[in-house]
Amino acid sequence: MNENKTPGASGLIMNEPLLWEKGKKGRCGMCVPKSDVPEANFPEALQGEGPDFPDLSEVDVVRHYTRLSQWNFGVDTGMYPLGSCTMKYNPKINERVAATPALAAAHPMLADEHVQGNLQLMYELQEYLGAITGLPAVTVQPAAGAHGELTGMLIFAAYHKSRGSKRTKILIPDTAHGTNPASAALCGYKPIPVKSGKNGILDAQTIADVMDEETAGIMVTNPNTLGLFETNIRQIAEVVHAKGGLVYGDGANLNAVMGIIDAAKCGVDVMHLNLHKTFSTPHGGGGPGAGPVCVTAELEKFLPTPRAVKDGDQFKLEYDCPDSVGRVHGFHGNFGVLVRAYSYIRTMGPDLKKASQFAVLSAAYIKERLKGTLKLAYNMPCMHECVFSDEWQQEDKITTLDIAKRLIDYGYHPPTIYFPLVVHGAIMIEPTETECKEDIDQFIDTVKKIVQESKDNPELLRNAPVRSKMRRLDEIQAARRPCLCG
Amino acid sequence: MKELSELVFGKDVRYSDDHEWASASGETLKIGVSDYAQDQMGDIVYVELPEVGDTFAKGDEFGSLESVKAVSELFLPVGGEVVAINEALEDEPELINQDPYTNWIIEIKPSDASELEQLLTEDAYRELLKG
Amino acid sequence: MRYLPHTDEEIQEMLEVIGRKDLDELFCSIPDECRYDGDLNLPAPLDEWGLNEHADQLAEAMTVTNEYKVLVGAGNYHHNIPETIPSLASRSEFLTAYTPYQPEMAQGTLQGIFEYQTLTARLLGVDVANASIYDGASALAEALLMGLRASKKKTKVAISSAIHPHYREVARTYFAPTEYELLELPVGDDGRTDLSGLGDIESLAAVAVQSPNFFGVIEDLEAAADTIHAAGALFISSFTEPLAYGLLRSPGECDADIVCGEGQSFGMSRSFGGPGLGMFGCKKKFVRSMPGRLVGQTTDLDGQRGFVLTLATREQHIRREKATSNICSNQGICTLIAAMYMSSLGGSGLRDLAKLNYDKGEYFKAQLVKNGAKIVFDSPTFNEFVVEFKEDFQPIYKRLLEKKIVAGLDLGKYYPKLAGKYLFCVTETAGKDVIDTVVGEVKS
Repeated sequence: MNENKTPGASGLIMNEPLLWEKGKKGRCGMCVPKSDVPEANFPEALQGEGPDFPDLSEVDVVRHYTRLSQWNFGVDTGMYPLGSCTMKYNPKINERVAATPALAAAHPMLADEHVQGNLQLMYELQEYLGAITGLPAVTVQPAAGAHGELTGMLIFAAYHKSRGSKRTKILIPDTAHGTNPASAALCGYKPIPVKSGKNGILDAQTIADVMDEETAGIMVTNPNTLGLFETNIRQIAEVVHAKGGLVYGDGANLNAVMGIIDAAKCGVDVMHLNLHKTFSTPHGGGGPGAGPVCVTAELEKFLPTPRAVKDGDQFKLEYDCPDSVGRVHGFHGNFGVLVRAYSYIRTMGPDLKKASQFAVLSAAYIKERLKGTLKLAYNMPCMHECVFSDEWQQEDKITTLDIAKRLIDYGYHPPTIYFPLVVHGAIMIEPTETECKEDIDQFIDTVKKIVQESKDNPELLRNAPVRSKMRRLDEIQAARRPCLCG
Repeated sequence: MKELSELVFGKDVRYSDDHEWASASGETLKIGVSDYAQDQMGDIVYVELPEVGDTFAKGDEFGSLESVKAVSELFLPVGGEVVAINEALEDEPELINQDPYTNWIIEIKPSDASELEQLLTEDAYRELLKG
Repeated sequence: MRYLPHTDEEIQEMLEVIGRKDLDELFCSIPDECRYDGDLNLPAPLDEWGLNEHADQLAEAMTVTNEYKVLVGAGNYHHNIPETIPSLASRSEFLTAYTPYQPEMAQGTLQGIFEYQTLTARLLGVDVANASIYDGASALAEALLMGLRASKKKTKVAISSAIHPHYREVARTYFAPTEYELLELPVGDDGRTDLSGLGDIESLAAVAVQSPNFFGVIEDLEAAADTIHAAGALFISSFTEPLAYGLLRSPGECDADIVCGEGQSFGMSRSFGGPGLGMFGCKKKFVRSMPGRLVGQTTDLDGQRGFVLTLATREQHIRREKATSNICSNQGICTLIAAMYMSSLGGSGLRDLAKLNYDKGEYFKAQLVKNGAKIVFDSPTFNEFVVEFKEDFQPIYKRLLEKKIVAGLDLGKYYPKLAGKYLFCVTETAGKDVIDTVVGEVKS
């Protein structure tokens, strides 16, 4: 195998300056309609000069962004086995549905009777997510996973307040997602770190030792960030519930277990989902996402308002919820993202279970075939992702970062690296169900080849990447003397 | 990262368990971090400093050092009032990497000068680093 | 299923390598008591053509469609979107990429965000803008929390009651579990925030004002800055309509410390209120208290200019519970859309378009006044304003709806004292004929 021949590894790289290094004053790349009303005087005291933007033609703008796009790598470009991020294929048809003019042009403050289509879609999506998780009451308002976590923590706080208690702590295992402590802290909870057991799984006794009546509950990521199912989740939930606490399930890794587990049966009270992971909406280089929150019937009254409800054969937005934590988004959440996730669920139906099965199959296959090449962090049955480390490469003074950067030369997006923190030099691989076996095999062969290179010619790794738009970038300079604005 | 034998130690300084040093200069004490601390951090990109006039007890957090991907809190080895901060670090945090003993971080007026004597000597600090 | 590539044969081959006899056995670590009962209770799968038909049915259930002229803004605006924007923004290299953690293969996203940060900072008149927050409402909540962080030890913030009612609700939600106090400031008869009581509030960290405010009124930001700074607080300037800054003095120029608002106007469809983007900027000295992602310029090993995510030590994955926010994403593709919009219009185009919006508003106001309606607040407005009619407006509203015009928003739901008064918005998308039709109905 030669990196020159690897599909996607080589290409034409165009140069392109910054926007304001282009253009000429007086150009315009967009029609401003001719005025059909008289000119009015604007009060001078309030008037500014207008921002110093470059003036560009339509062609200037189109070439600029087309070239920029060519420096990017997306799921449509190639395999993107970024652990914990579920970089599955983003179906094209969902984009079309989201652009349906009548749905996409709707103003968010129109009367319910005028927007029945949008409300029906929101209502049905809530129902579907309830069915998938087993937690029947759902809000689709949170705009991202972390926003869903915050909403969940607000619900924890409102629940305890309604019972006349104010709790101050929250348990967060070392295998939970990194955002959890910050989300809990926003609600005044002090995160209490909990260590996972020897095999990477939480032990119910460890939780029993720290759970008390000052503790609001626990935030568990399941499957956890090691890609392992928390086998003791039921017992852990019982321990937490016995002390009056609640169980938060971080659903970022739901892609492993759709139709396999029932979150309510696991003892989870509140769970957020990432529509941009499990439900195929595009990541957009960082967003927008959506982070719906599903809760038990008991906690329904605390969900944010408004929510879409069905009243006879009509849909409406329900505002009258006195116990609600309130609003978390300016309007109804990232509706455009909800449409895409809805379209995906309607396309997959009960076959979502197959998606989870194949996601786990592909990860387990990679784990098995690479476990002689890279050191496996925990040799346990993995779910949708598997975690290795660079321990065996240390003798050649090669790090996880070097392996990741060399993968770029072969036309792959690297896996998630240095996370979870419990594994030193972690390499976290999540293939997702949409990668076919040949591509997975090619990826495995490439990793093996790179590990061989690390022994034969380690400089190839240390200098990598050499075939990308840029070589390694100086992050120290960027942080020491920040240049955030051109 | 440096081996123990490669580490540099300061002149006339005492160390805390948290790898800060303190050194008397007249009535005041200069405070910094040890070579071991800067070496562990790697390239320092930012030093968060307190304000002159702030008062801290021994062991209080008075600022932090940042690398690209980590933050390390600074704990005051001797309690007192901040009388000066090393402003050069605001623009050139890398000075700490270059020479962690010349490049002090803050200067304090100790509230109890005897606290200095309770800190580790170079020998005791070497023992600590040996583990 | 067209998204699932594994054939039966391949499944068998893979299972053999793993040493499992069937797919179920892959899940052997999951105890029975946690298992899902039966099949997923979801509608049967639709193929692509069936999904299209279903989407058409949902669209048919909408009775106010894209054919209607909706003269409502209130934080969500209808502006023309050039075809270049959906075409460029749907390029899958942008759309299907993740957060740019590997800068060598994400320079498109990174340079795009750096350009967005720069254009946004220029628009708002601030030193630094971040890579965006979820929306205008969460941007305000984050700005208030940042104000408290930057002021240390202080415990109160105050917000104008002329800030979008939903934004205030979100701020209250964020503040409910904290120890901090969130106060609301009254609005004067001129439709501007009454800041005269600020001096009496102790421990005040920050004050937020929106301009143009929810009533469309342009606040006197310079005077507000003086009053707020005199009270020892930081000045947060919020907005829902960034197009106004093509014409108005920018909040930064008026000495705002933090500027935050909604950017949906810049190239995004109304989309029932989301996704848009929270634009967010501040003075340089507060940058380390700022929430959200930041992209910075640097060089690569060959000395070439490039871009990376930077100042990450503020963020949740490193500073954990002490982070400046729990936010760990940005509105990615929406920031690129906003930058495409700002660069397509350019400085000259933005000025012209802002002026056109203003002129339309002034024409609309003048015509309504000529025909007996009253403009409730006589302060200058941009493209929105509040109208009081001589008689019950509902019958006219209904008649206009039949003509496919949504004539304003009754403010009673948001401000009971203003019940029966209507907030109107007019942008470049409504021709003079639409305005004249509304005025004609008011007249008759």
